[in-house]
Amino acid sequence: MDSLFFFLASLTLLCALMVVLSKNPVHSVLFLIITFFTISGHYVLLNAQFLAVVNIIVYAGAIMVLFLFVIMFLNMSKAGDKIKTSTISKFAGAIAGGMMFVVFVAALKDATIAGLNPETYNSQAGMVENLGYVLFTEYLLPFELASILFLVAMVGAVMIGKKEQGESHF
Amino acid sequence: MESVDLLYKAIYILVIFGITLLIATYSTYFERKIAAFIQDRVGPNRAGPAGLLQPLADAGKLFFKEDFIPTKANKALFILGPGVAMLVATMSSAVIPFGDMLIIGGREVYLQAIEVNIGVLYIFGVVSLGVYGLMIGGWASNNKYSLLGAIRAASQNISYELAMGLSLIAVLMMTGSLSLREIAEQQAGFNWNIWYQPLGFLIFLVCAFAETNRTPFDLPESEAELIGGYHTEYGSMKLGMYLFAEYINIFVVSAVMSTLYFGAYNFPFMENLRQAISDPVLANNVVTIVGVVAMFIKIFLFIFFFMWVRWTLPRFRYDQLMKLGWNLLIPLSILNILLTAAGILLKDYLF
Repeated sequence: MDSLFFFLASLTLLCALMVVLSKNPVHSVLFLIITFFTISGHYVLLNAQFLAVVNIIVYAGAIMVLFLFVIMFLNMSKAGDKIKTSTISKFAGAIAGGMMFVVFVAALKDATIAGLNPETYNSQAGMVENLGYVLFTEYLLPFELASILFLVAMVGAVMIGKKEQGESHF
Repeated sequence: MESVDLLYKAIYILVIFGITLLIATYSTYFERKIAAFIQDRVGPNRAGPAGLLQPLADAGKLFFKEDFIPTKANKALFILGPGVAMLVATMSSAVIPFGDMLIIGGREVYLQAIEVNIGVLYIFGVVSLGVYGLMIGGWASNNKYSLLGAIRAASQNISYELAMGLSLIAVLMMTGSLSLREIAEQQAGFNWNIWYQPLGFLIFLVCAFAETNRTPFDLPESEAELIGGYHTEYGSMKLGMYLFAEYINIFVVSAVMSTLYFGAYNFPFMENLRQAISDPVLANNVVTIVGVVAMFIKIFLFIFFFMWVRWTLPRFRYDQLMKLGWNLLIPLSILNILLTAAGILLKDYLF
């Protein structure tokens, strides 16, 4: 189990790095999809099958398809070779990244890993039944608020996508 | 899990994999035979008795054709595309219960490759990945028409996934479980979901046609009026894999429909048959084996239906396809959810 975790973790990090490093944006998107799969693998290792599958359906199945869609239409692969990053933005990137790194080190240097408590540990916590129960009792308000947020976003999308008066596409 | 169980599982998975490929192979043959029957022709009849070896001859031809890769294509992705299509197509049969439980030497063997408590979602997730094979292949060909075909396929699949998911929710509300085995068990005998969910089944069926890119929704390909679609630049066995993946998808979607709506391995008078045999172990095994046969008969009827429709209905226009998906099927499936909820509440209230 341990070796499986380390294999998955290193694969995740490698693919996430490749997202940033690949020159071709379509390759980046494909590596990002593989990253989502490996993260789902982590969820399965934690016995959270529902989360694993929903992660794949929502991110790999829906959002990344739209990403791929847009990037394929933009056809950036030819322009991509000519883009030169200026020296100033390289410096700025290095400084910003370095500061981010410092913040991380500062935040995590005193952190401790919570050990396993056999009394409160429940291996079934990630199952669908438990998740649904918790969502509809303990976290009902955040759950409903999130659904209202989605509804608002949907109405907004319909508003933007609606045909203007006098405009005809077909 | 014990090693014997693991061995059983390994054998079972290999058998299912083999059956999937075999059925997909012979679907091509039966498609041509049925087309011939409907159009009053003879169909393939040269290779072997009644043309039964035709799929092998086709495969041989595809293998020996020149494996051509366009110079400006993205080589790695061009090869990856058909592979992804094939992989995703064969993945979803893992959670389908093809039969109940067999008792072999006192050991209970479930005729299902993996039992997960999220089987329906797994199938849905795999279906939503199916579009990558087409998109990668269409884009990597570096051809405008391939790209347009891929975009056409992707937008169609995304649009119909929504209605498909919504029509599934009504089934989940009735069964209260995401496990395909449990859904199958609840439909014991003749208590099939189709009697309670006729509208949901109709929506699912239409979406299944669109998801597998079959006529009347075969716009990704539409070989008669547009250029070949995402596989314009493909030839040889890579083209064969794309076409083969489509037939595997038909098989899998037929199996899913049989499981969700037509009682999976259950058949009428199941309990009568079980009681007619005195030995409980033998009775269980006989019922299970008849159940597997019933399951495959249902699957074959669905595959036949897919072919029947292909040679009966003409193709939709693209805006009609989008209108049907977004303006008709999605509201209908939401209505179906409301009706199902009302039905469940009313049943609690009245009985």
